[in-house]
Amino acid sequence: MDKQKSVQELDEVVVRFSGDSGDGMQLTGTLFADASALFGNDVSTFPDYPSEIRAPQGTIGGVSGFQVHFGNRKVNTPGDYCDVLVAMNPAALKANAKWVKRGGLIIVDADQFNEKGYQRAGYKTFDAVSELNLQDYKLIFAPITNLTKESLKDSGLDNKSITRSKNMFALGMVYYIFDRPLNFTEKFFEKKFAKKPEVVEANKKVLRDGFNYAANIQAIPSTYKVKQATNLPKGKYRNINGNTATAWGLIAAAEKAGLPLFCGSYPITPATEILIELAKRKDLGVKTLQAEDEIAGICTAIGASYAGNFAVTTTSGPGLSLKSEAMGLAVMTELPLVIVDVQRGGPSTGLPTKTEQSDLMQALWGRNGEAPMVVIAASTPSNCFDYAFMAGKIAMEHMTPVLLLTDGYIANGSEPWRIPSMKDYPEIKPPIVPDGTEGYMPYARDDKRLARGWAFPGKKGIAHRVGGLEKDFLKGSVSHDPINHQRMVDIRAAKVQRVQEFIPEQQVIGDPEGDLLVIGWGGTYGHLYDAVNEMRASGKKVSLCHFNYINPLPKNTRDIFAKFKKLLVCELNMGQFANYLRMNVQEFNYLQYNKVQGLPFTVAELVEMFNQILEEK
Amino acid sequence: MDEQYMNYTPQDFKSDQEVRWCPGCGDHAILSAVQKALPEVSKQLKYNLERYVFVSGIGCSSRFPYYVNTFGFHGIHGRASAIATGVKVANPSLSVWQVTGDGDALAIGGNHFIHAVRRNIDINILLFNNQIYGLTKGQYSPTSPLGAITKTSPFGTVEHPFRPGELVIGAQGKFFARSLDVDVKLTAEIMVEAAKHDGTSVVEILQNCVIFNDGAYDYITDREYRDDRVIVLRHGEKMVFGKNRDKGLILSGLSLKVVTIGQGGFTMDDILVHDAYNPNPGVHMMLANMEYPDYPVALGVIRNVKDSTYDDNVRDQVLEVMKTAKIKSVDDLLNSGDTWEV
Ligand SMILES: Cc1ncc(C[n+]2csc(CCOP(=O)(O)OP(=O)(O)O)c2C)c(N)n1
Ligand code: SF4
Ligand SMILES: [Mg+2]
Repeated sequence: MDKQKSVQELDEVVVRFSGDSGDGMQLTGTLFADASALFGNDVSTFPDYPSEIRAPQGTIGGVSGFQVHFGNRKVNTPGDYCDVLVAMNPAALKANAKWVKRGGLIIVDADQFNEKGYQRAGYKTFDAVSELNLQDYKLIFAPITNLTKESLKDSGLDNKSITRSKNMFALGMVYYIFDRPLNFTEKFFEKKFAKKPEVVEANKKVLRDGFNYAANIQAIPSTYKVKQATNLPKGKYRNINGNTATAWGLIAAAEKAGLPLFCGSYPITPATEILIELAKRKDLGVKTLQAEDEIAGICTAIGASYAGNFAVTTTSGPGLSLKSEAMGLAVMTELPLVIVDVQRGGPSTGLPTKTEQSDLMQALWGRNGEAPMVVIAASTPSNCFDYAFMAGKIAMEHMTPVLLLTDGYIANGSEPWRIPSMKDYPEIKPPIVPDGTEGYMPYARDDKRLARGWAFPGKKGIAHRVGGLEKDFLKGSVSHDPINHQRMVDIRAAKVQRVQEFIPEQQVIGDPEGDLLVIGWGGTYGHLYDAVNEMRASGKKVSLCHFNYINPLPKNTRDIFAKFKKLLVCELNMGQFANYLRMNVQEFNYLQYNKVQGLPFTVAELVEMFNQILEEK
Repeated sequence: MDEQYMNYTPQDFKSDQEVRWCPGCGDHAILSAVQKALPEVSKQLKYNLERYVFVSGIGCSSRFPYYVNTFGFHGIHGRASAIATGVKVANPSLSVWQVTGDGDALAIGGNHFIHAVRRNIDINILLFNNQIYGLTKGQYSPTSPLGAITKTSPFGTVEHPFRPGELVIGAQGKFFARSLDVDVKLTAEIMVEAAKHDGTSVVEILQNCVIFNDGAYDYITDREYRDDRVIVLRHGEKMVFGKNRDKGLILSGLSLKVVTIGQGGFTMDDILVHDAYNPNPGVHMMLANMEYPDYPVALGVIRNVKDSTYDDNVRDQVLEVMKTAKIKSVDDLLNSGDTWEV
């Protein structure tokens, strides 16, 4: 290997892998992220892929990308712009060139930059550099396809399998540039292809050949080193994405409550992975039912909850619409239930694979009648675990459905996570009605939480009937009495409001008073955090108030807002939380910054916006 | 273990709620049949009262759970099969009964209904078929005959009805039976069979709505000609019917045919024997589809075939995986796979 090359040290780097949706970019990116995390960097990832499984080859519509941000310190976002772009074809280059930092490094597969490739991607010329204005960038045209073929000509693999391995050649090159060890990835091959040793060998060979090729060519003058992150809290770490964390948090809540977990669900992007993850966990007694539709998903869950399981249903926006009527039933029957909505771009089928904070209003109000429900939102991939756990705790202890909002960005994004211990999580004690309770009243409540008892069928002496018709205040039998209805509407609302007494106070990041309070909720946390910190570093009086508990809001919300001159609500929708605050904390003026492009915020655009707002009178 | 299950009477299954169906509604008789059947089910299957859960959707028929003194869940329109499925998977030791109407089960809930049947989840579905939407006051339903004049079809319907038995067998149903609301004894007898069957049991009960579709089944319920127009099928017995028990069913080519014993050279030996346990659905389908006046309407247990059930399969799979599981707690799970120390 060429030892002459210089080594530069960097604090953090952003790499974006892009190619055709058949080029395996999601796997390549994931492997790079895992290798970086296992090496000891902090990492944040952003998969960005089309909704078609195989859009027409070589077209812009078929480009799939995976961005990895890694550093020697805490990394909060996948990065606005990348330092290195890998583009496996002309379409990938065209779609992603705008995301490369000026002067950045771009590696392309030269073999794909032929007439056909240019035409499919809709270029006007056969000169990508001039057409895309890339003169100021470091471009490396590497014949990746041919080098891969050469590398594997004696492997015994068929042609198709050989060309499919070109992503590993590219990955090898990037590993060289960032001085990453290959062993994590080699181990992955050994596990994944355990039954096909020739495939393991082939993959290892291409990876290594890519690595060596990068070492030998003059075009790569230096390599970069990003040291292990040292300021992270000590402990044992793993990588986790939001959907897995959500699934595990739900299992954790079931374990704490000592009840089996039941999930009724219907597959939908980007929520399906939660069902997939739960379906794997038969070892922990998890029961999953892939229902015939979302309505059956929630209705089986309601039945399971009635019968004494911790029941959940998982979906995305369109599926949440289908669940509306049944959510009302869960409100009326006052049964524990967690509904997870992994939000995506809407309306209708919208942008299935793109992120958006699309469903807050639907979550809060999307039911007939006065049907209040607890709504909470996770804000990072790993804290999906905590908020899924809390959703379960609140649902079971307060006897109410809880809607947990995540979004495509945190659901698919991953980050290293310091593995917690279950002994550090609070107990979950649902108000289970004991066998043979004398004078059992189905709708009698405890004073603290206003929760009714949870009476499982099969227990003696407490047979009772529930349902969607209005309930008598105590007996739970059907009642059409006008005063009773008013009382029941009031008490259901009070029960949800009472949750406020059991959730933590809202925190402010930065000073408790200042010129501008940035307000956010859910998955925009990382970007808002970095943008606010950047402002603070330049001496601006800006703080962040980022919400996870949405209904009810934390008690001290109003007191926090009162201490700032300006309030700016930043959301990936047209102002749903801002309007919710206008309803609930009415005395303030809320400025808005909204974006609905199927993409997360960039830190740069937020900083620009904050500065602009500070300057305005 | 107390053995209450030996001593129940119908009275034990009456709730304190006032029954609100119209006087003369067929639902009253079906309620009596269930209250009569449950003590017998309890005795035969050793079920105490707290094991029973009645789940329903919305409709007149779906008020049923309020009137039985067991656990009950009055759901939302069409979703009873899904709710009942959740109850059963959550606790397979429960005896789960779904009460549903022709609209509830076959219109808004058609999807859940066929999928429950396909999965063969061990629940008993009592389908009250009055060929009308009762609760919403008389619109046609998916079982109303072609041309039926109702509030929403003043000139007659222009759509073909479902035949519930055909739908059930088409969805790979393993148990299908039919009864008449007025025949409390037969209905109760069928309920016991349905309860004993492992898997989805569908019992269609032809029910008279006195208000919006009165007399829809008079042609078979009327004492005067009932015996000539229905055939009560019992496994292992000859398919004979008629006031004088002189008519029977034979297989003629690929179809069933009604013959009179002692006429045209047909003797009792020619008459088919009912085999409800035959996995082949061919004859069951023909029996379920028989319509007056070409045939007698088939009552009794038409199909009763053993197969694995969804709830058993779920439970067995979990137990099987748990036996050899390396991950036994959430802490194990969190620490599984690739980890590193900082
Ligand atoms: C979502 C929804 N749509 C419509 C209705 C109105 N609705 C209530 S019962 C019913 C039909 C009931 O007919 P069926 O299931 O045959 O029961 P029956 O009253 O005849 O026993 C309808 C349309 C409803 N309750 N919910
Ligand atoms: S409307 Fe018809 S089905 Fe409903 S209770 Fe009255 S008679 Fe029975
Ligand atoms: Mg009806």
